[in-house]
Amino acid sequence: MDTMRERFVSTTTALLDADPGLAVVLADITATQFDPAKAKHPDRVLNVGIREQLLVGVAGGLALAGLRPIAHTFPSFLIERPFEQVKLDLGHQDVGAVLVSYGASYDMAYMGRTHQSPADVALLDTLEGWTVHVPGHPDETEVLLRDAAAGTGRVYLRLSGETNRAPRPVEPGRMAVVKRGSDDASGVVVAVGPLLDPVLEAVADLDVTVLYAATVRPFDVESLRSAVARATTADVVLVEPYLAGTSSHAVDEALLDTPHRVLGLGVARQELRRYGTPAEHAVAHGLDPASLRQRIGAFLG
Amino acid sequence: MALMTGDEKHGPAATSTLDVLWVLYTRVLKGLDPGDPDNPLRDRFLLSKGHGPVAYYAVLAALGFIPEEWLRSFGSFDSPLGHHPDRVLVPGVEIGSGSLGHGLGLAVGTALGLRARGLATQRVVTLLGDAELDEGSNHEAIAYAGAVGLERLTAVVIDNQSATHGWSGGIATRFEREGWSTVTVSGRDHDALEAAFTAPHPGRPRAVIAVVEPKDA
Repeated sequence: MDTMRERFVSTTTALLDADPGLAVVLADITATQFDPAKAKHPDRVLNVGIREQLLVGVAGGLALAGLRPIAHTFPSFLIERPFEQVKLDLGHQDVGAVLVSYGASYDMAYMGRTHQSPADVALLDTLEGWTVHVPGHPDETEVLLRDAAAGTGRVYLRLSGETNRAPRPVEPGRMAVVKRGSDDASGVVVAVGPLLDPVLEAVADLDVTVLYAATVRPFDVESLRSAVARATTADVVLVEPYLAGTSSHAVDEALLDTPHRVLGLGVARQELRRYGTPAEHAVAHGLDPASLRQRIGAFLG
Repeated sequence: MALMTGDEKHGPAATSTLDVLWVLYTRVLKGLDPGDPDNPLRDRFLLSKGHGPVAYYAVLAALGFIPEEWLRSFGSFDSPLGHHPDRVLVPGVEIGSGSLGHGLGLAVGTALGLRARGLATQRVVTLLGDAELDEGSNHEAIAYAGAVGLERLTAVVIDNQSATHGWSGGIATRFEREGWSTVTVSGRDHDALEAAFTAPHPGRPRAVIAVVEPKDA
């Protein structure tokens, strides 16, 4: 199976052939993989070098000129370093773009904190009008990327080396029920992107409804409310592969008229100052199946 | 400009740009039409130095992009004319600016986009201040635009000696080092400015350093 990153390259390469209004902007990362596309479309595959403010600025300028830009690098350098360009060169100019990151929260655990970006979605949450996709499988990546490229809005596609075993049918903007609890279900668990498999393993013996989200912004209020209405208690557990609690406010807003409790699980703010593997970091943040079982079980009683 | 009261923030910035703006809009830029401000075949002017936009608004009003009466409510809650321009609110304004160091990157992207769309003759001009050049983002754009020979791009730098630590060796050298064509002229001499903006610079972006009276003079 290819990776999300590889599917991003192959899908984008095909889209460049099909759509003369599409352009890709790179900052060295993944540039070699786009060499064949650049050879065919030298004016629409642009590598600005390791200049991430320019990466986003150029994307904004391309959009002002009437193109649909896709800008790509690691999330630390796509969202965090050029955050003001994301805010102003895209948002304030009221133009659209697709930002595609790869590396997620701790895919590059061995590189340390400089290459970890668990706060990216929370940062984008401070801005207006962003759609955020967090696919859990390369097949989902292709669906969401094609949808984003065909649109006009501002879209963040957060790709990871962590992948669920099987793809799920995804409809951009909608959560799907992947485990339906009984009429006595003790709550609802929302699993985001590549954390679906660990969540399903963790709650195998629990009577809960599990919603799968490959799109987290806009937050699918309707699906959450429907799932909560079927449970005996309005208890919601969010399991997100980025900063813990990022979507807690979205749950609060969705259930404004319903007394409820929310447990937000995800990556901790604490800087671990550890290297190693993504699996080791998942354990450290309590996102492995055993830790999730304990934390979800304790919350739902 | 006569409506300025002296209370405008960045007043010197407003007056420093007036002659350059007038020359650009009346002698250099093509395809600008108040009746069709989104004409896809127009040249683009991006005001990066969004501080002190009174001169910019005055030129837009004089040419019919905005009503002159808008100038009287400058900066008020219901006015589309803020102390930093907003492209969403003001016809003819290509970018919203105010935070320094954004216009040149956007201009590079716009020039690349026009090229990718096959618009071969349209040019992109962006105006910066000498103090604004301190922003590191500009140097990412200067280096890249020079390296790829972005001929249709022109950066005009208004030099009123307001950069905190100055520019050792002169502003033009910063651009020349990256392969730009450069010229330094008086920012008050209309004929010299026109010549600077219209001189050929094949295969290279152009930097026009427009020197005006020092900010604190």
